[in-house]
Amino acid sequence: MPAPTPLRDIAVVAFAQTDHRRTTDEFSEVEMLMPVLHEVLDRTGLRTGDIGFTCSGSSDYLAGRAFSFTMALDGVGAWPPISESHVEMDGAWALYEAWTKLLTGEADTALVYAYGKSSPGSVRDVLTRQLDPYYVAPLWPDSVALAALQAQALIDAGDTDEPALAAVAGRSRASAADNSHAQLRGSVPSGDYLVRPLRTGDCPPIGDGAAAVILAAGERARELCERPAWIRGIDHRIEAHGLGVRDLTDSPSARLAAERAGAFERPVDTAELHAPFTSQEVVLRKALRIGDEVSVNPSGGALAANPVMATGLVRIGEAAARIHRGESRRALAHATSGPCLQQNLVAVLEGDPR
Amino acid sequence: MSKEPVAVVGIGQTKHVAARRDVSIAGLVREAARSALADAELTWADIDAVVIGKAPDFFEGVMMPELYLADALGAVGKPMLRVHTAGSVGGSTALVASNLIAGRVHGTVLTLAFEKQSESNAMWGLSLPVPFQQPLLAGAGGFFAPHVRAYMRRTGAPDTVGSLVAYKDRRNALKNPYAHLHEHDITLEKVQASPMLWDPIRYSETCPSSDGACAMVLTDRAGAARSPRPPAWMHGGAMRTEPTMFAGKDFVSPQAGKDCAADVYRQAGIADPRREIDAVEMYVPFSWYEPMWLENLGFADEGEGWKLTESGVTELDGDLPVNMSGGVLSTNPIGASGMIRFAEAALQVRGQAGEHQVDGARRALGHAYGGGSQFFSMWLVGAAPPSS
Repeated sequence: MPAPTPLRDIAVVAFAQTDHRRTTDEFSEVEMLMPVLHEVLDRTGLRTGDIGFTCSGSSDYLAGRAFSFTMALDGVGAWPPISESHVEMDGAWALYEAWTKLLTGEADTALVYAYGKSSPGSVRDVLTRQLDPYYVAPLWPDSVALAALQAQALIDAGDTDEPALAAVAGRSRASAADNSHAQLRGSVPSGDYLVRPLRTGDCPPIGDGAAAVILAAGERARELCERPAWIRGIDHRIEAHGLGVRDLTDSPSARLAAERAGAFERPVDTAELHAPFTSQEVVLRKALRIGDEVSVNPSGGALAANPVMATGLVRIGEAAARIHRGESRRALAHATSGPCLQQNLVAVLEGDPR
Repeated sequence: MSKEPVAVVGIGQTKHVAARRDVSIAGLVREAARSALADAELTWADIDAVVIGKAPDFFEGVMMPELYLADALGAVGKPMLRVHTAGSVGGSTALVASNLIAGRVHGTVLTLAFEKQSESNAMWGLSLPVPFQQPLLAGAGGFFAPHVRAYMRRTGAPDTVGSLVAYKDRRNALKNPYAHLHEHDITLEKVQASPMLWDPIRYSETCPSSDGACAMVLTDRAGAARSPRPPAWMHGGAMRTEPTMFAGKDFVSPQAGKDCAADVYRQAGIADPRREIDAVEMYVPFSWYEPMWLENLGFADEGEGWKLTESGVTELDGDLPVNMSGGVLSTNPIGASGMIRFAEAALQVRGQAGEHQVDGARRALGHAYGGGSQFFSMWLVGAAPPSS
C-alpha cells in the first residue's frame, strides 16, 4: 500500500533540548523544562500566545505523582487559556498528535514538549510497572533484563555478536563528542556485564532532560525557518505485548510504520534511531533497511543521552536540526516505547530541494 | 483543503459498578470495545487506529497500560495513542480520535476510555503527597468545596440547590441500565439528611468511585453512509487549558471553560446555546457544579444558573435537560467519565438513549473538565451532518 499524502505540508521549524544529566536534584520538572521552552520559542520569535496548539508527553510514574504534567503548564504560561493536550507517552507521540491537529487546519503552529527525570527512582524497576500486571509485572523483570533477552536472541540468530554491539556503543559515544547536550561523550569503557550479554556500555545512561519542538504548516513554516524540516510522512504501530508471541529479532511494527511514512520510497542520508540498547540498533537497522551509507545517530542517540519520555522527541528534533543546518536532505527519525521495541514511530523529514 | 466530517456510528459501555472483580483490566476495556463494534456492526478488522484514554496510571498501578492492552483492543499492527489530560481525558481522547478522521489520516477509529478504580483508592490517589501540595486536602472534594462556597456567596443561591441536582441525577440514573448507582428508594429528604463530607457537599451530592469503560467508533462520511443506525455528527469540538493556580484565577467560572465553549459554539454556528441546544451531558462530580457550569457554558447569565436548576429546567422533562444519564454523580470511572458524557450526548441525537431519551433531541453538548478546574474538553453533536 502506498504511503498516503498528508493533507497539508507541516514542518519542524525549531528544536531545543537541555543538557542531559545524571541528576538534576536542584530543579523541579518545570524548572528543568522552562529554559528549553524559552529557547525553542526564541528560535522562531514566537510567543506562547502565538502558538495554535500545545501538546506534551510525560509519565506520572517517573514523576512519582498523579497529574505531574499539570505543573509543567506553569512553564508554558497557559494564560490566557491555550488549546492543549497531553499524552502519557514519549514526546514523539505528542508531536504526532500535534501533527494531526495541524492537518485539520484548526491550528497553523504547535509547541510540542516532553520531559523526564529518571534520577529520583530506580528507572529499571519503575519500567517493570509497564508490563502485563497479572502475569509479568509480579516477576519484576527489569528493562535491562528484557533487553538482554532480545540481545541474546539476536546473537543466537547470528544477527550480531558482542564485539559488534561494542562497536555500536563506541560509534555512538564518539559521535556524541560533538554534541554538547549529551550525557555520555567520547570514549566510554564497555564495562562489566550488567545482564549478560549486555555490558554497561551497551546500556543507556540514566538521566534527566527535556526537549521541545515547534511545528508549523505551509507558508507559516517558511516564515519561521530558513530551511524547514518538512514531515513527508509519519506513522506509528504497536505490537503484541507478550514477549513470547513476538520475534524479538525483528520489528514488524517499525517496518510497517516506515512503509506508511514513505521511508522506503527514496533513500535517506541520516537516521536518528531511538535504540536505548546497542542490540536494538541491530533490530532497527534490519527492519528499517538502513545501510552503511546512512549516517546513524550522529547525535550519539539514546546511548549518549536517555531522558525517558523525551528521548524519542529528541530523535525527531536532532534529525530536523540537521536539515535546518543543511547537513541532511532527507532524514528518518524513529521513536520507541514499551519493552523490547513494542511500539514504534517513524517520521521522514526533508529539506526543500536546493 | 477542508476537514473531513466526523460521525459517531458505534457506542458501547460496560455496566458501571463499584468493583468488577470478574474481569481483568483487559477484559473490562474489551467489553466496551466489543459493544461499540457491535453497535456499528463492524469488526476489529474495520478499525484503522485505537485512541485510548484514562486518568492517572496510579489508579490501577500500571504504567502506560495501553502497551499491555494492545492485544485486547485489537491494536496489534495498528497505531495506538494514549491520552491523559486529567479528569477531562475521556473527552480529550474522543477529540484526538476525531482529529485523525478530520485530518484524513484514518477512515475509522476506535476510541475508548476506562478506569478500574477498585484496583486502588482514588480519593487518596488524588491527594498529592508532600512536597507537591500542602497536606490540607482529602480527595477532590476537599479541593472543590471552597469553590462551591464561593459560588453560593457570589450568587446568593439557596443551600438546597445542590441536593436538587443530586436528587434529579440519581433519579435519572434509574432510567439508565449502565449507571453505577441505582438508588430506587431515593428521596430529596434522604439526600438532604446524608452526612456532610466537605461543607457544603453532602455524601449524596458526591460522585461514586466506579469501574467502567466507554468506547466509540468514529468514522468519516463514507463510513457514516454504511452505518446501520443513525450516526451522530460532530459539529464542533475543542480543548482549553489554564494553569492550576495563579493570582486572579476564577475557580467558580474559569476562563478556559468559557473559551472552550465559545470555540465549540463558533464551529457549530450556535448563537444562543440555551435555545439551540436540546440536551447537555456535563461533568458534575459534585452537585453544585451543575449551576456553576450552566453559567460557565453560557446557558445562564452569571449568578442565574441555580435558578434553572431550582425551577426544574434541567430535569429530564425540562426545557434544557442536563445529565439525562444520571451523570458523574451516578457513575464515575474517572478516566471514562468524560467519554461517557460525549457518548451520552451522541446517544441522544441518535435517538438511542432508551428510557432517558429526550424527545426530538437534535443537538447535544458533551462536556468534561479536570485538574484544578483547568482542563476542558467539549463537543457538540447533531442528528444532521454539519452544514459546511
